[in-house]
Amino acid sequence: MGERRQVYSLCCMCTGRCPILVEVEDGIVKHIWGNPHVFGAKSLCPRGAAGVAFEYDNERPQYPMIRDEERGSGKWRRVSWDEALDFIADKLKKIIAEDGAKAIALSDRGGPHTELHKLFLADIGSPNYFTHHASCSNSVHNAHMSIAGHARNTVGYDYRNCKYMVVFGRNLLESLITEEARNVIEMISSGGKLVYIDVRWTYTASKAYKFFMINPGTDYALALALINVIVNNNLYDVDFVNKYVVGMEYLRSFIQPYTPEWAEKETGIPAEEIRKIAYEVAEAKPSVIFHPGWMTAWTENDFYLRRAIYTLNALMGSYEAKGGIFIAKGAGDCGYKIKTPTSIAPKVTEERCDGAGTKYPWIRKNWGLLQVLPEVILTGNPYPVRAYIAMRHDPLVSMPDFDTWVKAFDKLDLVVAIDVNWSLTAWYVDVILPESTYLERTDHVIVRKGLRPQLALRQKAVEPRFDSRSRFQIFKALAERLGKGEHFPWKDEVELVNWQLDGTGFTIEDFQKKGVIDLTDKPIWYDRNNLKFNTPTGKIEVYSEFLEKAGVPSFAPYERPASSPEGMLRLVTGKIALHTQGRTTSNNPILNELCPENHLYLHPDTAKKFGVKEGDTVVVSANGTEERIKVKVSPYVHPEIAFMLHGFGDIVPLRTRSFGKGALDSLLMKGKLKVTVGGNCPLFETFVSLKKA
Amino acid sequence: MSKNVITQDQLKCIGCLACVVHCKVENNVSPGARFCDILPVGPKEINGVPRVFFVYMNCFHCEYAFCIKACPTGAMTRREKDGIVYVRQELCIGCKSCMKACPWGIPQWDEGTGKVFKCHLCMHRIDRGEKPACVEGCTTSCLTFTVPEEATRKVRERYATRIASELKSTIW
Repeated sequence: MGERRQVYSLCCMCTGRCPILVEVEDGIVKHIWGNPHVFGAKSLCPRGAAGVAFEYDNERPQYPMIRDEERGSGKWRRVSWDEALDFIADKLKKIIAEDGAKAIALSDRGGPHTELHKLFLADIGSPNYFTHHASCSNSVHNAHMSIAGHARNTVGYDYRNCKYMVVFGRNLLESLITEEARNVIEMISSGGKLVYIDVRWTYTASKAYKFFMINPGTDYALALALINVIVNNNLYDVDFVNKYVVGMEYLRSFIQPYTPEWAEKETGIPAEEIRKIAYEVAEAKPSVIFHPGWMTAWTENDFYLRRAIYTLNALMGSYEAKGGIFIAKGAGDCGYKIKTPTSIAPKVTEERCDGAGTKYPWIRKNWGLLQVLPEVILTGNPYPVRAYIAMRHDPLVSMPDFDTWVKAFDKLDLVVAIDVNWSLTAWYVDVILPESTYLERTDHVIVRKGLRPQLALRQKAVEPRFDSRSRFQIFKALAERLGKGEHFPWKDEVELVNWQLDGTGFTIEDFQKKGVIDLTDKPIWYDRNNLKFNTPTGKIEVYSEFLEKAGVPSFAPYERPASSPEGMLRLVTGKIALHTQGRTTSNNPILNELCPENHLYLHPDTAKKFGVKEGDTVVVSANGTEERIKVKVSPYVHPEIAFMLHGFGDIVPLRTRSFGKGALDSLLMKGKLKVTVGGNCPLFETFVSLKKA
Repeated sequence: MSKNVITQDQLKCIGCLACVVHCKVENNVSPGARFCDILPVGPKEINGVPRVFFVYMNCFHCEYAFCIKACPTGAMTRREKDGIVYVRQELCIGCKSCMKACPWGIPQWDEGTGKVFKCHLCMHRIDRGEKPACVEGCTTSCLTFTVPEEATRKVRERYATRIASELKSTIW
């Protein structure tokens, strides 16, 4: 046996960033566990555990490549890093000279590890930074900002002490993050009640105290009826509401029509059950959570569903309550200041191309409206965008309207993918820059915000297997080539990390002990008598003058969702523990073995109506696009929907395990590059036809 | 019977297959084979909610081991000190007798070597004082590596707690 080492780091198999412990023997990763100092055990979800198989898979980009023939041809030429970076820099220079830096856009999947991409863009002077949230959490982010001045993730959930939780379609135990799943299970094991609402049964439903299969698109009706019962029967936390909630009279009058009896007709959930939930949850307040969700790119009115859910939390006084929703504390709450790379970025004065924060003042520009970008590229309005960098992001798989995206790509002077994977996007770009994997690179320090804030660091565990570079090296090299190197003053990642920690008394060495640095011994709770919300009134704005002034009602009247056109079904997608978004896991040797393809789940009545049965291959189509997939029949899927897991049906032939297996949901989502009131694409308003293959 | 046993808390299991992946990584289990497994059975409605039962299966390491009886070469072996049933690879001829003999389908076929391999409770880890990989990596810690006495005591304690909480209201 050779040299054995343990390296603490952060996982990157999905976007959960779980703290991990990497076992290395003779420079080879042997096993990846959860960090026991954080989880209390070496627990790690299957995706995280399969990180070893990912690292030693050769079916990923191994060196920089420039495309030779037309986009999507798969004809690549291996080039040196210098050639690739020069190629990109030359094109960018020309674009900047002709149309300014704002003609360069970049997208990623959001989160705290985006500092260097943002720094690069600000450095060159482009405002056009996008996250993938248009296809994910824009509506929940923007709704929470409008009502409480918080993002989705600047609050956390005190699951372990929660007594009663109502969850609208957030599949916590399958679309999971290790720590969250552990906490939810702990809550259930210690007697906490979970009410789970979804258009289909899931493993989360299986653990629930109650499960209701709701009519598709009617969650807002349920939320309104719950508010109705709670307000009309004075079941709310009077002290909290009097102190912190603005607009109770408005709310009281708005919700009058939305009785449980009315909601029963909309949702299919019996009125007496709705009343029961309201009374039971009020009994458990304030240790309750109405879960606002994560991937919320569901419907046109999603913003209002999320506002209603946050209103329910406010009515229960669950903000900053034990067992409720806590405000996530950061380094500053512990008396530390951690420098962020973007803090030295020059201020960008140009206006964004997508209207976030301007044309749509209530939609925050820090997440952006990626759905607008293809149109901007195609029309040149409000100004030309000529280059696009997809950073660890696969818009061709995660965003709707594939054809529009490809058309937009065709018009661009330059498309670059920086990724560890052969994403579908990477297949269509001009240059691929292979990033060193999360096991092969060190990133910058992040703060794990929460009741007990910690510093965490992704640390290099092994040397890169291929001719790849870290994102730090890539963006620094690009900035230098564009004559903007002064905003990347650090020599390497270690220098960057120590610069971030400067003045804290900590150094990079401190991450060796247990992977994270605790900034407090005790959980930090704010005084419930002195809470501040980052809204114009400093309170929770059920009625928002800011929204009203922007022409957006605080609450929109409920509208019944469109029912499926004859012969069609509503397409709903989701995830499981084995696979995450896009192309990160579907070709993983182990995860692909355990779940190689997706299936179309249909209700028995629906299957009968369409003349298909379990195991049949069917053609699912929308506006001329056809995908083939095998059917599974289950009574626990709503009869009006067709459900499939997201992200299968791989088109990239180099990924031999996942190539051609199952169907790709996003290809069927047509006409969904819309800016809804929440800034989300209404992905679950997709209707598909079905026939036996 | 091996002196050790792995128990599963059914309420905590979420069927994520982290146990399977951790096992496959730790033991280099070739594609198609699984030492341990989770078999979801259901859903079946209980108290109005469709419930799925996640059946965790790994080798029982039987005292009267059909696989050992069936093995013609002595490859299927019981480790003296703790009763772990494992395959001595150098003796296995790939005849698959053990696979046919085991009523629970535990011995697995290794395509790469043309021999049988199976769960050995991560002997190499146990010998270092660690738990089997499936237990160690379990997402919700629903698996426990323990000894039979301890396992039964835990079950009794849980039962006693439940009975006591139901009795409280009727007695006092």
